[in-house]
Amino acid sequence: MMSAFAVVYALTLVAVLFAAVTLIAAKLLRPRVEYARKLSTYECGIPAVGTTEVKLNIRFYVFALLFVLFDVETLYVYPWAVTAKSLGTPAIAEMGVFLAILFIGLAYAWAKGALQWE
Amino acid sequence: MSEPAKEKEAVPAATPANVVPAGAAAAPAAAAGTVAPKPAPKAAAKPLPTPVFNERHGKLILNSRYWPTELWKSPWSLPSYRKGALVLFGLIAGILLTGAAVGELSRWADKLYALIAAFVAARHWPAVTTDAVWDLIKILIVLHVVLINGLWAIWWERKISAHIQSRVGPTYAGGWHGWAQTLLDGVKLLLKEDITPTAADKWVHALAPAIVVAPVIIAFAPVTFGKQLAAANLDMGVLYIFAFAGISVIGVIMAGWASGNKYSLLGGLRASAQLVSYELPRGFSIVPVLMFAGSLNLSTIADAQAGYWHGLPRWFIFYPVIGPLAFVIFLIASVAETNRTPFDIPEAESELVSGFHTEYSGMKWSIFFLAEYGYVLLASFLLATFFLGGGASPFAFDHVIPSWIWMLGKAMLMMFTFLWIRWTFPRLRADQLMDFNWKFLLPWSFANIAFAGLFLLFR
Repeated sequence: MMSAFAVVYALTLVAVLFAAVTLIAAKLLRPRVEYARKLSTYECGIPAVGTTEVKLNIRFYVFALLFVLFDVETLYVYPWAVTAKSLGTPAIAEMGVFLAILFIGLAYAWAKGALQWE
Repeated sequence: MSEPAKEKEAVPAATPANVVPAGAAAAPAAAAGTVAPKPAPKAAAKPLPTPVFNERHGKLILNSRYWPTELWKSPWSLPSYRKGALVLFGLIAGILLTGAAVGELSRWADKLYALIAAFVAARHWPAVTTDAVWDLIKILIVLHVVLINGLWAIWWERKISAHIQSRVGPTYAGGWHGWAQTLLDGVKLLLKEDITPTAADKWVHALAPAIVVAPVIIAFAPVTFGKQLAAANLDMGVLYIFAFAGISVIGVIMAGWASGNKYSLLGGLRASAQLVSYELPRGFSIVPVLMFAGSLNLSTIADAQAGYWHGLPRWFIFYPVIGPLAFVIFLIASVAETNRTPFDIPEAESELVSGFHTEYSGMKWSIFFLAEYGYVLLASFLLATFFLGGGASPFAFDHVIPSWIWMLGKAMLMMFTFLWIRWTFPRLRADQLMDFNWKFLLPWSFANIAFAGLFLLFR
């Protein structure tokens, strides 16, 4: 098991190194002829108007919040799913209750219009 | 197609034999004999094409400028189709024969490990060197799986998209069907000038591609490429993959935010909303699989699907209702996770230019694509492992073809499905996209867990 994690750590290092080396190598190899017009924001082809410091719609935050909620539930469900077969009926019944509560939460968010994207 | 009908109106006296209906292609050859040369039409009308009997194809063919006669031929009558079928057959036979000759790769891996161990022992190096070298080899293989997949998948996607749209795609670079196209594109992108706009946040802009691509390479560690063939046989492999795959969304937000471009910002935020949303049904849809397999280890999940029910392999996709439902939810969510076309709102060309990577060029830009195709491959391998039995053969009588050939074949089949979906479906609107996830996929993935629980209870 330790060996498996040694691979993971080393792979993390190699992956980060790969990204770094690729970007640095490209920086060393490519030409660099800059002038103000070229460095302006492309956006959609015409001169950009205004800044990017704009107010964003609240819906992004609502979905992010819902995501955090349900993603943490995933973490609860996984260990149960692995042992569901061996634990038998009581475990399945308990998870039924848990998922029912979760589903009620989703239905509540739905009824409140939190899932509405407009 | 409407030309014959027009003719009917213009020349009411024409006999049915003169008027060739639209379905003439299917008309029996005998009818061809009765076709007389058409009487000259009225001076104003252009002469319509004369129907001819093509002896080679045994069919009545309308030499129309509007309707290519090629479409009426049987594909087998075209030499190019026959040649293509022959090449395909040869390719498949070659792969299977190579697989049978090579056998299980894990056997060769054991031999290689023993060789390294013997080499290390002969030099009186510390024994830990063997494992270090061995781990390094595995890591480099994993890294190259992602890189070579980038070359292969982009070429394949360009070919498939071209043929779906009746084009030919890359043809020249390298010779055979333009196989070197992606390689040369990569060289071009490496040497291409990189533009970081003055409005951009320089460091975040440069860091974003790295944060998108590194997790996909790391996530490949526990992926099984066949029997006993994984870089790291982790007991929590599934969780590990989802955890690392989730990191990329941070890179996407960074790219969108740092570009100093309103559309990129919008694209990045949309991407983040979409990626986090679709991560939920993706995670929940495989819970039934975990319940049946009783493990988070990818090898164990694949092994749990060994065996046959009256000739039908015991793959999870064949479990009644639960299997196909989980498969479809996981497939759809995986397509959405890679920002590919039915779900490409984050980079919708028609409204956001190119979304979060509008301001990227050169190597930074290509790294985003390397990551995208890496995720496609990852999802293909996961689909093959979770639902298609991993390296298990679909035939009970087959003991020759090794597991890695089956695994690769299934993964490539899934990858083809990904590319096929991309070039077949139109894009969803942003609100449809979110509704589809939260009001359809997520409730059904919950329901699927309940189905699986009932299945375990009343088995």
